[in-house]
Amino acid sequence: MQLTKLTIDAARSAVQQRKTTALALTEASYARIQKEDEQIGAFLTLCKERAMEQADRIDRMAAEGKPLPPLAGVPVAIKDVMSTRGVRTTAGSKILGNYIPPYDCTAVARMQAAGAVVLGKTNCDEFAMGSSNENSAFRPVHNPRDLSRVPGGSSGGSAAAVAADMAVVALGSDTGGSIRQPASFCGVVGLMPTYGRVSRYGLIAFASSLDHIGPLARTVKDAAIVLRTIAGRDPMDSTSADLPVPDYVAGLERPVRGLKLGVAKEYFGEGLDDEVRHAVESAIDKLKGLGCEIVPVSLPHTPYAIPTYYLIATAEASSNLARYDGVRYSYRAPGVKSLSEMYRRSRDEGFGAEAKRRIMLGTYALSAGYYDAYYLKAQKVRTLLTRDFEEAFRKVDAIVTPTSPTAAFRLGEKSNDPLAMYLADIYTVTADLAGIPGISIPCGETRQGLPIGLQILGKHFDEATVLRLAHAYEQAA
Amino acid sequence: MKVTEKDVAYVADLANLELSAEERAGMLRDLNSILDYIERLGELDTENVEPMAQVSDRYGVDESKQGSERFAYASREDVPEGLRKSLSQESALENAPDADGTFFRVPKVIER
Repeated sequence: MQLTKLTIDAARSAVQQRKTTALALTEASYARIQKEDEQIGAFLTLCKERAMEQADRIDRMAAEGKPLPPLAGVPVAIKDVMSTRGVRTTAGSKILGNYIPPYDCTAVARMQAAGAVVLGKTNCDEFAMGSSNENSAFRPVHNPRDLSRVPGGSSGGSAAAVAADMAVVALGSDTGGSIRQPASFCGVVGLMPTYGRVSRYGLIAFASSLDHIGPLARTVKDAAIVLRTIAGRDPMDSTSADLPVPDYVAGLERPVRGLKLGVAKEYFGEGLDDEVRHAVESAIDKLKGLGCEIVPVSLPHTPYAIPTYYLIATAEASSNLARYDGVRYSYRAPGVKSLSEMYRRSRDEGFGAEAKRRIMLGTYALSAGYYDAYYLKAQKVRTLLTRDFEEAFRKVDAIVTPTSPTAAFRLGEKSNDPLAMYLADIYTVTADLAGIPGISIPCGETRQGLPIGLQILGKHFDEATVLRLAHAYEQAA
Repeated sequence: MKVTEKDVAYVADLANLELSAEERAGMLRDLNSILDYIERLGELDTENVEPMAQVSDRYGVDESKQGSERFAYASREDVPEGLRKSLSQESALENAPDADGTFFRVPKVIER
């Protein structure tokens, strides 16, 4: 049994049947991290003591013959934007370089209550702002499939940790594509649930109306198990929806025959790499072969998604990042003489270039005289983009697209051109704006061996259909 | 050029950022390039379109209910301890760059 390659069910039942122990699984993960992570850079902080305590608790339950919870003994990684009690949480920023949260994020607490062993915190773009992980204040992450390339972002560390078998599953966050795009670049499964499906309590806010927590995993079933664990109403987040959580795992095997799949020409236009196009088109053919009906749909406002996103996300970010004032928990510049100097110098030294750029853009878009032209305009276009999906979903059950226009690019390739970097999110931002769920699953490789991702988008709160289609494709591929 | 050097200075001031001369020049270039791209939103007529601030604006979970009724689940009774106990003073001060055990300490507030 290769301990670092197990699925959730295989790991849990091996521990339950005493074929291995949670401690052994945890040790195997740390050994793998020790061996691989110096060159990959997926982890920012490890919490071995906390992990060992949890593993020991699981092993004692197993020894007593008690039935183990669904994630018992499963080594997991948590993106460093989710608060973990007693474990440093930086959001990839120097401004939170020494922050130790006094409480757990709800999603993390639910994973842990289900028996998961938290190995540590994964690297990410600063405040989840980026598409390559190069905006981490600590170090970039290298794609495990090709170390000269980026893992995608912003959940690049989480995707790399899962792709390199350092963790069985990981939690990431998605504001404009930050779970699905790195999943696509690293060749793993990444699921963004519907906005409101998973509590954001304890997630360090980037853009509150767009932030989602979701899983990165090696199989669709593992992603479904994690979603079932973390989903559902949480009184600590008033935007979390009070809806029953279906059993996503039980629904996976339902046939997909007869489901209507939308294909939108707006997602196959200029800028889409040929190899990616071919891989996605053959994936669509495969789904057709499974009995799905392919239906052309139109999402006419798609070309306006990136500008809309960068106004709304930066406006919300400029407000959310105002809290880093050097007083309560963030970095304070040394030797400051007045309050205003303290604010300015602490923020100047604490934030990286991209965070500052977004704070500036967002502040500009919200400032007197520009609010209507930029922020309000973007909110109205957000309505139009959402209506596009509503219209399409009257005709189809799900929509299939490429996750990203290209496979993983090289480190440094786009880092001097913010706009080119923003365009890497062109197929993912629309779902964040509309609040609909989306998954990226591997659908082949380029000639150079780089993974390509297929994106499946679903109706609000219909993760079940998205997962079912993804599972059917995964099993057939 | 939509954004001028003066705008950059004004916005940096609003955002409590100082920015070096080099950063300001970069910001001027980047903001103009991004705003140029954003201009394309002007092509759309949004005269009679409602703004969308939250996903739940459109998707309150129970569509049979009207207005704020749809989000009744989001409110709760106002109880003194809330949903979790407040942080202890010690715990609340633990991450502060400068504290005296009772208060956060900051440099002089009133300048003269």
